[in-house]
Amino acid sequence: MKTLKEVQIGDTVTVVKLHGTGAVKRRIMDMGITKGAQVFVRKVAPLGDPIEVKVRDYELSLRKADAELIEVD
Amino acid sequence: MSIKLALAGNPNCGKTTLFNELTGSSQYVGNWPGVTVEKKEGKLRGHKDVIVTDLPGIYSLSPYTLEEVVTRNYLIHENPDVIVNLVDASNLERNLYLTTQLVEMGLPVVLALNMMDIVRKNGDTIDSKKIGEAFGCPVVEISALKAEGTQELISAALSAAQQKPHAIAATFSDKVEAALGQIAQQLPGALKNRHQRWMSIKLFERDEKMLAEAGLSNADRANLEAIITKCETELDDDTESIITNERYEYISKVIHKSYKKKVAGLTTSDKIDRVVTNRILALPIFALIMWFVYYVSISTVGTAMTDWVNDALFGEIIPPAIEGFLVSVGTADWLISLIMDGIIAGVGAVLGFLPQMLTMFLFLAILEDCGYMARIAFIMDRIFRRFGLSGKSFIPILIGTGCGVPGIMASRTIENDHDRKLTVITTTFIPCSAKLPIIALIAGAMFPDSTWVGPSAYFLGIGAIIVSGIILKKTRVFAGDPAPFVMELPAYHVPGAKGVLIHMWDRGKAFIKKAGTIILLATVLVWFLSSFGWNMQMVDVEDSMLATLGNFIAPLFAPLGFDNWKFAVATITGLIAKENVVGTFGILFGFAEVAEDGAEVWSSLQAAVSPLAAYAFLTFNLLCAPCFAAIGAARTELGSAKWTWFSVGYQTVFAYIIALIIYQTGSLINGGGFGFWTAVAFVLIAALIYLLVRKPADINSAGKRLNRKVSA
Repeated sequence: MKTLKEVQIGDTVTVVKLHGTGAVKRRIMDMGITKGAQVFVRKVAPLGDPIEVKVRDYELSLRKADAELIEVD
Repeated sequence: MSIKLALAGNPNCGKTTLFNELTGSSQYVGNWPGVTVEKKEGKLRGHKDVIVTDLPGIYSLSPYTLEEVVTRNYLIHENPDVIVNLVDASNLERNLYLTTQLVEMGLPVVLALNMMDIVRKNGDTIDSKKIGEAFGCPVVEISALKAEGTQELISAALSAAQQKPHAIAATFSDKVEAALGQIAQQLPGALKNRHQRWMSIKLFERDEKMLAEAGLSNADRANLEAIITKCETELDDDTESIITNERYEYISKVIHKSYKKKVAGLTTSDKIDRVVTNRILALPIFALIMWFVYYVSISTVGTAMTDWVNDALFGEIIPPAIEGFLVSVGTADWLISLIMDGIIAGVGAVLGFLPQMLTMFLFLAILEDCGYMARIAFIMDRIFRRFGLSGKSFIPILIGTGCGVPGIMASRTIENDHDRKLTVITTTFIPCSAKLPIIALIAGAMFPDSTWVGPSAYFLGIGAIIVSGIILKKTRVFAGDPAPFVMELPAYHVPGAKGVLIHMWDRGKAFIKKAGTIILLATVLVWFLSSFGWNMQMVDVEDSMLATLGNFIAPLFAPLGFDNWKFAVATITGLIAKENVVGTFGILFGFAEVAEDGAEVWSSLQAAVSPLAAYAFLTFNLLCAPCFAAIGAARTELGSAKWTWFSVGYQTVFAYIIALIIYQTGSLINGGGFGFWTAVAFVLIAALIYLLVRKPADINSAGKRLNRKVSA
C-alpha cells in the first residue's frame, strides 16, 4: 500500500482510498481529496513537514501524519 | 417586514469585502451565542429593511467544526429569506462543493461568482448560465474588490427572496437518490418540511448532530440503518464518503461543461510561491519579512508615534490643559487627582500603544490579505506543533515582544479554538517592551557587571511558552490531537487598500472600546487604593490602602525571597502598565523622578533584598498576569470571563512556581541550607516534570490517529 506521504515531489498520483474516520477523514474529503482525485505533490516545507499538494486546481497543505491516511496509486 | 439575507462561502473567497460593500458602515460585530465564532450583521445599503448576516467562512457543512455547526444551525433554525453563496470563480471546483450542500437546504440561493476579473485576466471563460442550471439557482458575476456587479447581485437576491426555491436537481447516483427517497418518506411528520432533502442526506451520512436532532423511534432508526447498510454494501464504501465523492463527481461534470481554462503554464502566484516557500530560501525570506514588520511597527514608526502620544499628547498637551481648566473652575483636589492621575494617566498609558498597534494591524492585514499568513503557518508548523501550538502562533508571540495587546489580538488568525486559546494564554510570557524597564532596573541594581540578565528574561519567556504549551495540551480541557492541519494555501494577490484599512480599523476600534471600559475601571480602582488611606483622606502611597494591601500580601512572597510590601505594591501597580513597577519603586523609596532604568533606587533595592530575591521578583513580574490592557484583549479573544480568569490564574500560579523554584534552588546552591520551602521547590520541579512527560489525558494511544475528533 502506497500512501501520499511516500510520493516523490513532482509526481502526480490518483487517490485510491481514504483511511481513518470521523473529523480528519471528512476534512480531507471536504477539501477535495476524494477517491479518484488527481493529486500533484508540489513541495515539502523547509523543515520537512507539512507537504504542499495541488488538488482540484488549488494549493493545499497537509501534515505527513494526515497524508499517511491517503492511499494512492 | 424585514428580509434576512445570509452571506455564505469558503474562507478566502472575498466574503468580508462583499459584506463591507453591501452594508457600508452599518455593521454590528458580536459572537454567535455561546461560542467564540464572530458574527457580523449589517443593514443592506439603501435597503434599511434588509439585514445581511455574514456567516463564518467554511468549506463544508459537516458536524465537526464549530463554524460549520454554527452555520447549519443558523440556516435551519433562523430560516433566512435568501442565501447569497459567494464563490471564488478562480477556484471554482472546491468552492462549488459548499454550493452543492447549500442548495439542499430548501432555501432560495443566489450564486455570486466572485473574482471574475481574475478569471477573465487569465483568459478563462465560465458559462455562468450552465452553472445556474446545474444548481437550480440564479447566478450573478461580480468582483467584490472592484465593486462590480453588486447591484445586479442585490436585485437578484431580493427577487429570489420573494420566490420559492427551485426543486433541486438530482445530484447523486440513482442508487443513492433511491435511498434518499426512502429515507425522506420515513421522516416523522414534524420533519417533513422544506429542509427535508437536507435532513435525509444528513441521516444517510449518519451525521451525529442530525441523528440526535431527528429523534427517530427505534423502529425508524433500524429502518434507516438497513437502508444505509444496503447502500454501503452495494457501493463498497461508507455513506459519508459516497456522498462526498458523488458531490465532487457532479461538480466535475458541471465544470467540464461550463468552464474553459486557457492552457497556461505557471501562474504568477505559482511563481511567487516557488521562491517564497522554497526549501532553502523560505526561512531567510520569512525572517526578513518578520524583521521588517517588527522593525517598522515596534522600533521606528510605531514607537515614534507611541512616544509622541505618551510624552507629548498625554504628557505635555492634554494633562496641563485639563489640569489648568480644572484648577481654574475650582475643582476639588481629589477630583483633579482622579482625573489626572487616575483616568488620564491610566487610559493614556493604554491608548499610547494605539499607534504601535495600528501599524502592526496594518501589516497583519496585508500579510493575511495577500496570502502570506497561510505560508507562515506552512513554514513554522513543524516547530510549533511540538508545543501544542499552531504554526500561526509565531506571529502573536513575535508581536508580543513589542506589546502583548496586539500580540494577543493577532491570535485571531488562528482558526482552531484550542490553538488560539493556548496562544492567547502563553503569548504574554514573552517580555514586552514595557517589561524592559523592569529588566533594566533589576539588572542594573543587582547584577551591574553581568550581561546575562536581559537575554535570560527572553529565555525564561520562551521556556514558559514551551512548558505551558506542552503541559496545557495534555490536560483534559485541551486534550485531543491538534485539529487536522489540512489548510488551503490561497493564491497570492495584491491586497485591496480599502479592505486592509477596514480590517486594521476593526481591530483598533475593539481595543479603544476596551480602554474606555474595563481598563478605565481597573485603573481608577488602583488609583483609588493608592491615593486614599483608610480614613478616606488623600494620602501618599506609603500610607494608602494599597500599602496596607501590600503589607497584607507581602508574606505570600516570602518563599520567593521578597516579602517586602514595596515589592508587592510595585507588582500591583504593574498591572496598569508594567513600566509602572519602576516608577512605583521611585515613589516608595522616596524619589520624585526616576530614570527609565530607575538608577536612583538601585542602592535602596540592594539594601532591601538579595540579588537572588530580586531575580525571583523579576521572574514573577515577567510571567505573572499581564497588564489590564492585555487582560482585556485576552478577554475578547478568549470569549468568556471564565477563560479569562483561567488564563490570568494560570499565568500567576505558573509565575509563582517558577520564581519559587529559582529562589529556593538558588538559595540552596548559595549555601542557604535545606528548609521546608526547598523541599516544596523540589516537589514542584518533580510535578512539572511529571506534567511534561505524562501521557495526554483521554487519548488511547492505539486509537489515537484513527479516532481523534476536531473540537474546534
